[in-house]
Amino acid sequence: MNLELTTAQQALKEEFITFVRTELEPYANDYDKQGAIPRSLIEKLGAAGYLGATIPTAYGGRGMDQVSYGLLNEEIGRACSSTRSLITVHSSLTAETILRWGSQEQKEQWLPLLASGQQLAAFGLSEPGAGSDTNGITTAYEEKDGQYVLTGVKKWITFSQIANLFLIAAQGDKGITTFLVPRDTPGLRVVPLEGILGTRASLLGEIHLEQCAVPAANILGRMGWGLQQIVNTALDNGRYSVACGSLGIARACLESSIQYSKQRHQSGRPIKEHQLIKQKITNMVTEVKAATLLCRNAGWLRDKKDPDSFIQTTLAKYHASRMANAVAAEAVQLHGALGCHDSFSIQRYFRDAKVMEIIEGSTEIQQILIADHSIASLSSIL
Amino acid sequence: MNVTLQTDIKSTIRTFLQKRIGQDVSFNDGDDIFQLGLVNSLFALELVVFLENTFDIAVENSDLNLNNFSTVDNLEGFIRNKKGI
Repeated sequence: MNLELTTAQQALKEEFITFVRTELEPYANDYDKQGAIPRSLIEKLGAAGYLGATIPTAYGGRGMDQVSYGLLNEEIGRACSSTRSLITVHSSLTAETILRWGSQEQKEQWLPLLASGQQLAAFGLSEPGAGSDTNGITTAYEEKDGQYVLTGVKKWITFSQIANLFLIAAQGDKGITTFLVPRDTPGLRVVPLEGILGTRASLLGEIHLEQCAVPAANILGRMGWGLQQIVNTALDNGRYSVACGSLGIARACLESSIQYSKQRHQSGRPIKEHQLIKQKITNMVTEVKAATLLCRNAGWLRDKKDPDSFIQTTLAKYHASRMANAVAAEAVQLHGALGCHDSFSIQRYFRDAKVMEIIEGSTEIQQILIADHSIASLSSIL
Repeated sequence: MNVTLQTDIKSTIRTFLQKRIGQDVSFNDGDDIFQLGLVNSLFALELVVFLENTFDIAVENSDLNLNNFSTVDNLEGFIRNKKGI
């Protein structure tokens, strides 16, 4: 295992840092307050190729490897988790899943549009009554005159307010199946959702499907394999994005904490000289480093197409999301009142970190998967 | 890793399954590992990636049939069929 970045990966990382510093970081708190990222930012992400980062160049993407894609999620996530959420749902959950399992026609139809950002995609799995229990989805499909008619409600769908394409999981007589549903399908409407704790600029919504008819050509993957094949592929892709995004949040908290500890004076000296502050920073650094290694390891295995990449991605997501919460909480504590005020980013990181433990499989779901794997074969995890 | 020897197919599959299911769990080549509840929700994807990488095949949508994957014997038959051996 070599987790050192190649020259090309290092160059990409520098590119991401420059983009984030100029286009994202100065405005992220405003987006959070406004509850939206602007269309101009999405256009810039598209122009930079960040909405099709891992999509092959033949489809108009950047053709990046998974380690580089992890770095992109980390750097974007370090500045703005809402923007990283767009990359997660659009690229990881949807575009990469179409790339893996889509028909040639589906890939040719959708990937160039998604890679360029001309069209945005969202992932419709969760429902008012079905989150972690994916088997419990009630959105239904019914075959009628050679088409599939979808009826139901999807809730908490990131970027559904502006997405052009939805990947919808539905239940029917052949088992759970996934469908590509364009926004302009008659009977589809999106109701915006507000008041979310974190990733406030990620334009959440509720998708109402009322007798939405799509052709059989819009089935993604195999009929009845929606969960095992499509949803699991999508969530695996998403977990990697969220793991690296969580790492970005924690790094931002750590960097801000070190900076603040040099500036803030207490009892006549900078707080960096206080032993309790040194302890906090040491704990943060150790956690961030551990999560970095887990994320890089997951990326490396994903690039190798190793079967262990799935559980290692789960492990990275589990640790990085919990770690981001712990580090963000420590950062709030270290910054004191400033860490609690919306003039500073720390409170945003703290709120965003909590969301990381819930999306793309909650912490508790990851615990079940990791424990099952460990009990069967500890050596395959360690 | 690419398996070229035909006789290696079954033992390679068995080694992978034993690792995933647990070394201390006994099952026969004809046992349905899904029906017995020996695998979790990530397993199908792990298996697909394992088969593709190990035997240099592409698993297509049309290959996704539990009958192909449910037993060691069926998996061996699936690989032989895909490779035309």
